[in-house]
Amino acid sequence: MCGIVGVHLRDATLHPQLGTLLSGMLDAMCDRGPDSAGMAVYGDPTWSPEGESTVSLLDSPLPASELAQQLGVALSAPVTGHDLDPTIVVHAPVSTDALTAAVRSAVPTARIIGFGDHLTVLKGMGNPTDLANRFGLRSASGWQGVAHTRMATESAVTAGGSHPFAVGPDQCLVHNGSFSNHMSIKHELERAGVTFDSENDTEVGARYVAKQLAEGVDLEKSLLMLNETFDGFYTLLVSTSDSFAVVRDAIACKPAIVAETDRWVAMASEYRALAQLPGVDAARIFEPEPEEVYVWHRQ
Amino acid sequence: MAPTVSTATPTANGVIDLRTSSTREVNELLSSPGAPTRLTITHPEGAHALACGLDADLDVTVDGHVGYYCAGMNQKATVTVTGNAGVGVAENMMSGRVHVKGDASQSAGATAHGGLLVVDGNAAARCGISMKGVDVVVGGNVGHMSAFMGQAGRLVVCGDAGEALGDSIYEARLYVRGTVASLGADCVEKEMRDEHLAELAQLLDAAGMRYQPDEFTRYGSARQLYNFHVDNASAY
Repeated sequence: MCGIVGVHLRDATLHPQLGTLLSGMLDAMCDRGPDSAGMAVYGDPTWSPEGESTVSLLDSPLPASELAQQLGVALSAPVTGHDLDPTIVVHAPVSTDALTAAVRSAVPTARIIGFGDHLTVLKGMGNPTDLANRFGLRSASGWQGVAHTRMATESAVTAGGSHPFAVGPDQCLVHNGSFSNHMSIKHELERAGVTFDSENDTEVGARYVAKQLAEGVDLEKSLLMLNETFDGFYTLLVSTSDSFAVVRDAIACKPAIVAETDRWVAMASEYRALAQLPGVDAARIFEPEPEEVYVWHRQ
Repeated sequence: MAPTVSTATPTANGVIDLRTSSTREVNELLSSPGAPTRLTITHPEGAHALACGLDADLDVTVDGHVGYYCAGMNQKATVTVTGNAGVGVAENMMSGRVHVKGDASQSAGATAHGGLLVVDGNAAARCGISMKGVDVVVGGNVGHMSAFMGQAGRLVVCGDAGEALGDSIYEARLYVRGTVASLGADCVEKEMRDEHLAELAQLLDAAGMRYQPDEFTRYGSARQLYNFHVDNASAY
């Protein structure tokens, strides 16, 4: 089944409430995916401070403090580590590429689950609300957040198999559904030099979009191309540091609802997740049309 | 068997608040012998399976947006939703009336045998899928695959219809005022005769829609797919 929630805050006075709003949305979708969960926040000053790059990772053989220390020596820069078990978040005033490379070299067996100038990704197994509480999501702030509650169908229940898949800088993709021709697309991408972390079908979608974006294609066009290329069932929520996008397959059997006000845009699998957002009574609420790409940009 | 006593108690003016009562309590109350004949449910906040399985002449108003399967299996009762409805509103309705004042998500009125479903806004994909005698009147548009395998009943669309309208249709009658993106297999445009104009006028009137029947086009089954014929193999 799986549940998706996401919110893009247009009104800066709401930024301090991002974590509260996103957690509330996530709580409402727990019963759609009690296996595991992932959440991503754009612009939290503790996890992704302004002027620093952030890398989120799973399965680090080193604890956060030790990893931060090693990275600090390697980068000759102050590196901060946050232990958000099982996720570790590190940030430093160096480029994203430099920090990512240093993490790969320090802990080559760890899996990087998110990186960029603004993005923190947190994943774990078990009840999504418990995870959000453990991570301290409720006190996060920022301008945009997405989260996913997973009922696994296509690959094992692991923290790594949780969404979002964040495989490009400051990019996130969350999926409800399952692709059916992802293996052939995966092989094509592998032939083009793309490497994969998992057997997960959603990762193929995320790598496909990341490749288009890296080649200079805009987000809207990338998702139109995904629509033409991928078969299967999908409602996708895709975010970058300045965009928030929704797309559904032609059959559109996986649910999606969007609500929009002057202060925020939100998307969820069900209205229940939107019911507590401020001013939702006056929001424009609609179900996204199949094969239509909806994109909102940060102003 | 329905319980004789429900723990949910409406206020003196017949209002029950879903913030303080559970969906199950409200549904038990509505199914109990002492069910109030008129009830307003407030703060539904997208709750699923509200006012399902009603089997009495009740008048229930849900003030807000509801989740999946609202008023499913309805018999005799009138259920009004002032907001939007999630997947499968009035699915398998047998009789009565369900009125959604906002939009309805996919599969509105699915498999319903009777009664009237009115959606003032748009209905998404698969509206009236496998309809078996229900009347559905939609003020706005319907999504793709609406009236798929419709066996009986009438679907009236005051706006436009999406792709594959009436695919594999049996004897349901479809009336569309706007455009049809495409017709499904074995669904064809049909002549609008006097009896069709008359039944459409009645349906529009019952639904409170102010359109003229002659603005609509009728669609129905070409009856070519009822039985397998090898010449039709390519249509499957």
